[in-house]
Amino acid sequence: MSETQMTGAEMIVKALADQGVEFVFGYPGGAVLPIYDALFKTNSVRHILVRHEQGAVHSAEGYARSTGKVGVVLVTSGPGATNAVTGLTDALMDSIPIVCLTGQVATHLIGNDAFQEADTTGITRPCTKHNYLVKDVNQLARTIHEAFYVARTGRPGPVVVDLPKDIQLSLGTYAGPEKVSHRTYAPRMQGDTRAIEQAVELLANAKKPIFYSGGGVINSGDKASELLTKFVRMTGYPITNTLMGLGAYPASDKQFLGMLGMHGTYEANLAMHQCDVMLCVGARFDDRVTGRLDAFSPNSKKIHIDIDPSSVNKNVAVDVPIIGDVATVLEAMIDVWQKRSYKADPAALKQWWGQIGEWRARDCLAFRQEGAIIKPQYALQRLYELTKGQDTFITTEVGQHQMWAAQFMKFEKPNRWMTSGGLGTMGYGLPAAIGVQLAHPGKLVVDVAGEASILMNIQELSTAVQHRLPVKVFILNNQYMGMVRQWQELLHGGRYSESYTAALPDFVKLAEAFHAVGLRATKPEEMDDVIKEMMAVDRPVVVDVAVDQKENCYPMIPSGRAHYEMILADGDAQKQPTITDAGLALV
Amino acid sequence: MAIATDQIARSHTIAILVDNEAGVLARVIGLFSGRGYNIESLTVAEVDAGRRVSRITVVTSGTPMIIEQIKAQLSRLVPVHRVSDLTVEGPRVERELALVKVAGKGETRVESLRIADIFRARVVDSTNTSFVFELTGSAEKLNAFIDLMRPLGLVDVSRTGIVAISRGPNPL
Ligand SMILES: Cc1ncc(C[n+]2csc(CCOP(=O)(O)OP(=O)(O)O)c2C)c(N)n1
Ligand SMILES: [Mg+2]
Repeated sequence: MSETQMTGAEMIVKALADQGVEFVFGYPGGAVLPIYDALFKTNSVRHILVRHEQGAVHSAEGYARSTGKVGVVLVTSGPGATNAVTGLTDALMDSIPIVCLTGQVATHLIGNDAFQEADTTGITRPCTKHNYLVKDVNQLARTIHEAFYVARTGRPGPVVVDLPKDIQLSLGTYAGPEKVSHRTYAPRMQGDTRAIEQAVELLANAKKPIFYSGGGVINSGDKASELLTKFVRMTGYPITNTLMGLGAYPASDKQFLGMLGMHGTYEANLAMHQCDVMLCVGARFDDRVTGRLDAFSPNSKKIHIDIDPSSVNKNVAVDVPIIGDVATVLEAMIDVWQKRSYKADPAALKQWWGQIGEWRARDCLAFRQEGAIIKPQYALQRLYELTKGQDTFITTEVGQHQMWAAQFMKFEKPNRWMTSGGLGTMGYGLPAAIGVQLAHPGKLVVDVAGEASILMNIQELSTAVQHRLPVKVFILNNQYMGMVRQWQELLHGGRYSESYTAALPDFVKLAEAFHAVGLRATKPEEMDDVIKEMMAVDRPVVVDVAVDQKENCYPMIPSGRAHYEMILADGDAQKQPTITDAGLALV
Repeated sequence: MAIATDQIARSHTIAILVDNEAGVLARVIGLFSGRGYNIESLTVAEVDAGRRVSRITVVTSGTPMIIEQIKAQLSRLVPVHRVSDLTVEGPRVERELALVKVAGKGETRVESLRIADIFRARVVDSTNTSFVFELTGSAEKLNAFIDLMRPLGLVDVSRTGIVAISRGPNPL
C-alpha cells in the first residue's frame, strides 16, 4: 500500500510543508498541543511565536502582502480563535490570502460548553472567505489543501480550518496537494472578449480618460503591475491609485496623479470627477474613494475589471463590466489596442493634461516646516528621501500618520506597502512589519505608527526581538488620536472627547525594556540623524518623533461630500466645504 | 452589459443549488442578514441525495442593482453550485403548501368545509370540533383561503414557503 498512515497532527505539518509554507505564525494552547508536538519534530516549517493571536494574523498578512504567497496562522481553541477574529476580518476586507488553523475541543465535546470551546466556524463565518470544521481524519489533509486553494485563488481571502483535538490525535490516510479540485468553486480568469473590445474602443475614443487602479492589481501578481504600467504608458493617460493599490504603478512617473479618495490629491480627485472614460482596474468603488455617490464622476463611462462579480455594480453602476483576472484582462486589452492600432486623440489628451497640470500646480500636499516643532509631513518627507535609495517596505498603523505615509512615501514597485485599508485596524503595522521582515531578510522594513495605535499591539516588539527581526517603528507622536481629533475639530465643534492620549509611556525606555533600541527626535534638525541611526542599527528600533499636535491631514473630502468639494490645507476659509447633517452620520 | 439602475424594489424568486454540507444554510441566511437583504420566504431540502445537493428557494425583494448583488454574493459562497433568478429567467411555476387548522361547531364548521371545497383544499385531519386542511397553490390563493377561514375559527397555520421551478424542458 502506497498510502501513508499518520496522525492528524502529522498530516497538518506535512500538508503545510507540501504547500511550500515557510513560516507559521502561532501561539500554543491545549487544543493544539498535538500539532505543536508534530512541529517540534520537524524542520520543514518554521514556527514564529507571536505574543497575541491578533498579531499572528497581521504578521501572516504582512508576509502574504509582501510576497503574494499565502500567510499561515496556528492558534488554539476558544480565546486563541476569538483573538484572531480582528485579523481575519482585516484580511477579508483587504483580500489577503490567509489559512488560519484553529484548535477545537474533541468532537464528542462540541456543543457542551467545554473548557475553551467556542463556536469558531460560527464566529468566523462572516469574517472568512470560507471555513471548515474537520470531523474525519481522512478528510483532513484534503481539507487543508483545499483551504490553501480557496485562500489564494479568485479574490483572495482568509480561510479557517477548525481542528478538533481528537482528529489531531487519530490515525488516517494522507492525501497530497495535487489531488485538490473543487466541484463548485472555480473563479473565472478570462474576461469576456466582446466586453474587452468595447472597453478598449471606449478608451481609445476618450477625451478625458483616467485609469483608477486598486489592490486587485497587486493581488493579481507582478505581471499585472507590469502590464498596467505598460498599458498606461502606451496610452499616455493619467493614472491614480487607491490606498490599497499604491506601488502597482511607479509613483515617480509623470503620468501618476497620486492617491485618490478622502485624503487623495487634488489632481487625482478632480480628474476622477471630470473624466469622460474611467478604467477601474481591481478596485471596488469604496466609499473612501467615491465620496458622495450621487455626485461621483457624473459624466463618465465606466469600465470595471474585477475578478469578483460581486464587486461590480455594487456601489456604482458601470457601463462595461469585465469579470476576470487583472493580468489576463489587461494583456487582452493591450492586444486589442495594438492590433487595431489605436491611438489616443492627441489634441484632446494635450488639453486634458493641461487641465491636470493646473490642478497639480495647486500643490495640494505642500506644507511649511517652520519653527522648532517637527511637522509630521516633514518627518515622513525626510524618511522618504533618506530611504528611497534602497528597497524599502512600509507598513502602517491607522490614523493621520497612515494617510501622510500614503501621501509622502512613494512606491515604485508593488508589495512594498502594507496598510489596513478596508477595516482600518489600529495595531496592524508592527505585526505586519514582522511578517514582512521575515520574508525579506536584509531589507529595510518600517512601520509608520501613531502613538495610540502602536500601543494596541506593542507586545509584538518582543516577537521581533526574539526572532532577531530588525523592524523599525517610526512613531509620529502627536499625543492625540490625531484622526479622531481632526474629525472632532471639523465635525464636533472642537470638543476633543477622549482623544488625547494621556499617560503615554516613554517610548525610548519602553523599547529598551523590550531589549530593542529606542531613539527620539524632538527638533526638525535632529530628524536626519535619527533616521540614519535607525537605519544603521541592525536590531528592532522604536523611534519616537515628537510632532506638531494640532496638524491636520489634507486634502480631505469631508464625509458626505463630492470629489470637487475638498478641504485644502491652505484653502480660503470662506470657500471651504463644511459637513452637512447627512455627512455627520457617515463614518 | 450595463445594468438597470431604476430604484423600484420588486420581489424575486431565487433558486440556489448548494452542497448539502454542515453550515451551508447558515452561510446563506448570514449573507442576507449581514448585508441587510430581506427574506420574504425561504425553503430548503435535499433534491439529489446521491450527489448531496440541496435546493434553496428564497423570495426576496430589491432594486435591480440589489438583486444582482444578492445573486453575485450568493454565487461567491464556496458550496454554491448555481444561482438562478427565476423571476427574470422566463416563465415559472410557483407553489406553496399550507396546513390550516380551523376549530368550530355547527354552521361555521359546515361553512369552512364548503369553502375548502371551492379552494380544493383537502381535509387531512378532523375531530368533532376541528379540521386540518391541506391546500396547495400560489401564495395569493393561500392568503385568500386563510382570510376566509379567519372568522370561521382559524386557530393555526403552517406554511412551507414558496418552491418554484422554471417551465419547459430545461434544468436550472
Ligand atoms: C482598533 C481600532 N479602534 C479604533 C479605531 C478608530 N480610530 C481611527 S484613527 C484613531 C486614532 C489613531 O491615533 P494614532 O495612532 O495616534 O494616530 P494619529 O491619527 O494620531 O496619527 C482611532 C482611535 C480604529 N481605527 N481601530
Ligand atoms: Mg497620534
